[in-house]
Amino acid sequence: MSTTLTAERPRSQAPVFHVVDEHAHPEGSSTMLGFWIYLMSDCLIFAVLFATYGVLGANYAAGPAPKDLFDLPLVALNTAMLLFSSITYGFAMLAMEKGRVSQTQLWLAVTGLFGAAFLAIELYEFAHLIHIGATPQRSAFLSSFFTLVGTHGLHVTFGLVWLVTLMVQVNKRGLIPANRRRLMCLSLFWHFLDVIWIGVFTFVYLMGMLR
Amino acid sequence: MSSHAEHHSGHHGAVHHGAGHHDHGHGDDGHAHGTLGSYVIGFVLSVILTVIPFWLVMDGTILDKNMTAMAIMALAAVQVVVHMIFFLHMNGRAEGGWTMLSLIFTLIVVVIMLAGSLWVMYHLNTNMMPIHDPSQLP
Repeated sequence: MSTTLTAERPRSQAPVFHVVDEHAHPEGSSTMLGFWIYLMSDCLIFAVLFATYGVLGANYAAGPAPKDLFDLPLVALNTAMLLFSSITYGFAMLAMEKGRVSQTQLWLAVTGLFGAAFLAIELYEFAHLIHIGATPQRSAFLSSFFTLVGTHGLHVTFGLVWLVTLMVQVNKRGLIPANRRRLMCLSLFWHFLDVIWIGVFTFVYLMGMLR
Repeated sequence: MSSHAEHHSGHHGAVHHGAGHHDHGHGDDGHAHGTLGSYVIGFVLSVILTVIPFWLVMDGTILDKNMTAMAIMALAAVQVVVHMIFFLHMNGRAEGGWTMLSLIFTLIVVVIMLAGSLWVMYHLNTNMMPIHDPSQLP
């Protein structure tokens, strides 16, 4: 039936078949995928740094080796801090899904404290290393060590800045869709940093102690 | 035909709208749709998978060095997967499978880069570099 109708029409009125309506892209609908792809590119940065450390990690230049430098109980404490901050961020996300602003803020604050504790311990470790002369200039091992672990620490630092920013945002605007989206991006970022830390404590600290 | 086309395009729009809605309502979690249970399971598994390698290395007498190295690498790999599933909520369905696809692509590149770098540089070190100073040996 419909085909006959088309056949009877003048050519100019023939229906147009290409997609005329822009399909709807609600604001932020592609943000999560985009942010995930950013994380994947960040993953490549860390892979390069891990490869560098893997190649140079045994070149001590007659300087200190991992065994002389690393303090495993301190690293274990650091690992615990980051792991706790991961689960508390998870609790913040659960509170966010239920729309509870103050509970979300509370868990975000706890996450921030654990993150800050992680950074403080890492800075203490770095300060100690530099104090005893194990500076990045000392050997290729230490250069690659400071670059890899320092880059991770820098990510955590910016994660903390982001966290505080979002707490201010949530305080001002509440859990509006834009803020939820931002919190979910930070959730990915934060858990991603914990994944990278698994690689760091395994390949740098634990494997270093085995050498 | 025209009505059919309209119907089709309308349907098309609806599908997209639905997808958009999915991304917003349910998919505000496209990624994050954890429950208290899944977070706690992930956390407990992570603690176990973190404590074992630290314990293996700090004790140092349970396994010999090579076995310990293999064990902690295996445990790290498992823990990465645990984090991916329970904390990052990875699955093959999120964002129409694109997150999983980009993850797989990244992993392939990472494996090539890591394995290639270590392999090539190890051979350069052992085969090509004249050793002037024995103390520089690893």
